[in-house]
Amino acid sequence: MVGAATAYGLAKQGQKVLVLDGEDLTLSASKANFGLVWVQGKGWDHAPYAQWCQIATNLWPELSDELKATQVDISYQRRGGFDFCINEQEWQERESMMSALWKNTDGMFEYEMLNHSKLKKMIPEISKSVIGASFSPQDGHVDPLALLQALCKAMQNLGVTYMGNCLVEAITPTHGEYVVKGAKGVFTAGKIVLCAGLANGQLGEQLGMNIPVVAERGQVLITERLKPFLKWPTLNVRQTAQGTVQIGDSHEDVGLNDGTTPEVLKQIAQRAVLMFPLLSSVHLVRAWGGLRILTPDGNPIYQQSTSNPGVFSVTCHSGVTLAAAHAGPLCDWILGDSYLPVIEQFSMDRFDV
Amino acid sequence: MFKVLDDNHEFDTQISFDGKDHLVPSNITVAAAALLIGVKSIRETPVTGAKRMPLCMMGVCYECLMKIDGVGNQRSCQTLVRQGMVIERQIGATEVEAGYYEA
Repeated sequence: MVGAATAYGLAKQGQKVLVLDGEDLTLSASKANFGLVWVQGKGWDHAPYAQWCQIATNLWPELSDELKATQVDISYQRRGGFDFCINEQEWQERESMMSALWKNTDGMFEYEMLNHSKLKKMIPEISKSVIGASFSPQDGHVDPLALLQALCKAMQNLGVTYMGNCLVEAITPTHGEYVVKGAKGVFTAGKIVLCAGLANGQLGEQLGMNIPVVAERGQVLITERLKPFLKWPTLNVRQTAQGTVQIGDSHEDVGLNDGTTPEVLKQIAQRAVLMFPLLSSVHLVRAWGGLRILTPDGNPIYQQSTSNPGVFSVTCHSGVTLAAAHAGPLCDWILGDSYLPVIEQFSMDRFDV
Repeated sequence: MFKVLDDNHEFDTQISFDGKDHLVPSNITVAAAALLIGVKSIRETPVTGAKRMPLCMMGVCYECLMKIDGVGNQRSCQTLVRQGMVIERQIGATEVEAGYYEA
């Protein structure tokens, strides 16, 4: 997703781009994620991330319009989104998080804390166990698989060469250029943008960059298709445009294992039913696990190699939310044009003590 | 179009299909019963409304979803007919009733 958005953005700026993608079963958050275009909670403890998410979500409607030319329906909606609180402690923590986010964005972040009765007016299906929620009108969601397909189509329409099943084995600097050895051949480029998610660590290492990335597993349940009952996405339950309900939001440190476990799926289901009792009668049709790409502080890393100029690492957890920023302002930075100063805040310098 | 190969089957199980009663053999699946009765479609898809019939008959493809005894999206190829069973075509997605389960 990160690679597709960046390649699309670079092509829009007239660059000649070659995309080398992994295999179908390569661990990839692009194909296993929740599809939220989300600002709530992102960057409450790191102002640049909060501001960057604002930039991205505000550019999203434009990206969505551009992708219409691909004829792929990405089902993008920005009606707002909820994050529920089931006890007083969650409410207190949420309230201070939201107000920190508001300060971090100089008031650009819009939100409202809704008590149960206000929430019930908007979502009548909500149970009494939910004491309230935070709501941001800036949040939304998208069909992430369709988004990936649309970005791939859009970049190819602009002349990008896409090569799938081409895992990169080695990158070597040679005479001011870089030679990339992939499963399907050897390629040369003046600039390299590493958008390989969890594999950015090992690819960066070859070029003298130490990019700290770790995997965090999230498990997800998918229900049968239901008539629309939930107009808005929430952090752990959302109804897709096709009617299935996606239920998730677990966090586990299990290395590169993207499987599922009955214990965690049970917790996910219990929490969802606690919030939406009507889900108790609904059939589940699938369960899957996916790996988030986390940096030590959870914020993106945008870094140009100092020893190998022209090599960039683009690493983040929010590939969907940030897609519009990656296809736009991030490309200005990669191309060395005048760019938004906030991008410099995501260099790896912040990890140096 | 479809017929029972084994002549010894007794048509002794009464089911209702979209409000009409039929007698079918016992120990066959709802999907098989639908084929035997000769219905033209057993469901309409939630997204495009396309008419569908059972396909794999072994529980994998989810093409044979029907409303059985009031519960929607049942795999009819994995459900045996039962005396008095009420079967309806699955039209679009299942409806969940708001507030129905709230105490």
